[in-house]
Amino acid sequence: MTLAPERPAATGTRLVDHFEHGLDAPICLTWELTYACNLACVHCLSSSGRRDPRELTTEECFGLIEEFESMKVFYVNIGGGEPTVRPDFWEIVDHAVAHNVGVKFSTNGFRITPERAERLARTDYVDVQVSLDGATPEVNDRVRGAGTFDAALRALRHLRDAGMQDTKLSVVCTRENIPQLDRFKEIADEHGAMLRLTRLRPAGRGAEVWNDLHPLPDQQRTIYDWLVAHGEGVLTGDSFFHLAAYGDALPGLNLCGAGRVVCLVDPVGDVYACPFAIHDRFLAGNVRGEGFGSVWRDAPLFRELRSPQTGGACTRCSAYDACRGGCMAAKFFTGLPLDGPDPECVKGNATEALAAVAGGTRPSPSQDHSHSGPVRNAPVPVTIARRPPASPCDESPVGPGRDPLTTG
Amino acid sequence: MLEQPWELNGSVAIRPEPFGALLYDFTTRRLTFLKDPRLVAVVEGLAMAPTVGEALDRAGVPAAERAGFDAALHRLAEQRMITRRTA
Ligand code: SF4
Ligand code: SF4
Repeated sequence: MTLAPERPAATGTRLVDHFEHGLDAPICLTWELTYACNLACVHCLSSSGRRDPRELTTEECFGLIEEFESMKVFYVNIGGGEPTVRPDFWEIVDHAVAHNVGVKFSTNGFRITPERAERLARTDYVDVQVSLDGATPEVNDRVRGAGTFDAALRALRHLRDAGMQDTKLSVVCTRENIPQLDRFKEIADEHGAMLRLTRLRPAGRGAEVWNDLHPLPDQQRTIYDWLVAHGEGVLTGDSFFHLAAYGDALPGLNLCGAGRVVCLVDPVGDVYACPFAIHDRFLAGNVRGEGFGSVWRDAPLFRELRSPQTGGACTRCSAYDACRGGCMAAKFFTGLPLDGPDPECVKGNATEALAAVAGGTRPSPSQDHSHSGPVRNAPVPVTIARRPPASPCDESPVGPGRDPLTTG
Repeated sequence: MLEQPWELNGSVAIRPEPFGALLYDFTTRRLTFLKDPRLVAVVEGLAMAPTVGEALDRAGVPAAERAGFDAALHRLAEQRMITRRTA
């Protein structure tokens, strides 16, 4: 990002203005425990599949949790890969809870047996988020793989029957499932779950399918109107603040929190500015060396992200205050300048720049743990390019409904 | 409220931040922000003060600003971030 003279601070008292300078500890910390996954979703943001031999050991995970506790990181969003694939997964969850670090974890549901569901329901401080990317098997399984729709619904039933509160049904919005928004809401309601809609970002394998799957311009409007109509009953994290350019701001975090309130610790302990920004450009350090706290506080990358940013071409846009130029990761992985419009700019201001990005010059992820051979359940790509799953954390620090802002 | 003893809810953790503090309720998973360091002092001082009014005094909140603090405390009470002390 370019450093630039500060834009006049709007009021100086809005929370986003404080957030821009970063917090003493993240609010939305995603911790991906493993690159191993039993699936191979085509849009996996972390290009997961195979375990990395350098992944943090159980002891290292425990140490990290203790550091989170001392920094008062209230909760972590655990993902992967499929975190439940790690044999010590439940031990890690128990350790976190015992150290006052809440856990919200994302899963494809395959391993949520009735017994597990009951145990989860009995554990305070643990929330479960089940991923589903189609409200019908046809739409879902094409992206996530054969049998994954049934597995997710089975998990939702087990969690409901066990009396689990506040399960989340997490959906990445795509061209194919946007017509199903109402049906997703029904599925969530039927299972006593909360619907969480997130944005498809061109991160990891998502970059390969982004062109085919990202919402069409009229679908963006559909999402916006649908979100406005459903208000705080649906979680979105920071997914759709670029749509605020249509009109009013949506509930949620209306700013790119990367390195300010958001970060990612990956399975090998690398700390990135955001779970959707797994690239050397956004690598701040590693927890194995200096420890997480000093990376968060002092990494030059994070200091840069917390310093005033220029909006580039966006500053001339009437919607800049609400939209703020959109998502850094989406710009980066589509090859756009970071201080310009989001590739999905609703005013169409990215169209030319996108067209000018020559094929093959988009940055690719710095790592890839995709399965190299066949995977049981692998998606059967029809129109979609190729391979695999994940669990985004863009859990909103100030998610609507659950976490409304109250200020003194 | 001003005449009553209150305290931070037992399930709420408080984290200082440059602008004030963050409160997180582990039970409701609700996050709240205190944007005035004096409000942080008031909230932290509740448990040790015989009444809310006394906590405001100890944090040095002048009379002219009481109404704003009172409103903020009521909001926190509605969210059960702070609760009435019984014992
Ligand atoms: S880069 Fe995008 S996904 Fe990451 S914090 Fe910023 S807006 Fe959110
Ligand atoms: S030009 Fe920039 S600020 Fe304006 S709507 Fe597009 S992305 Fe948002």
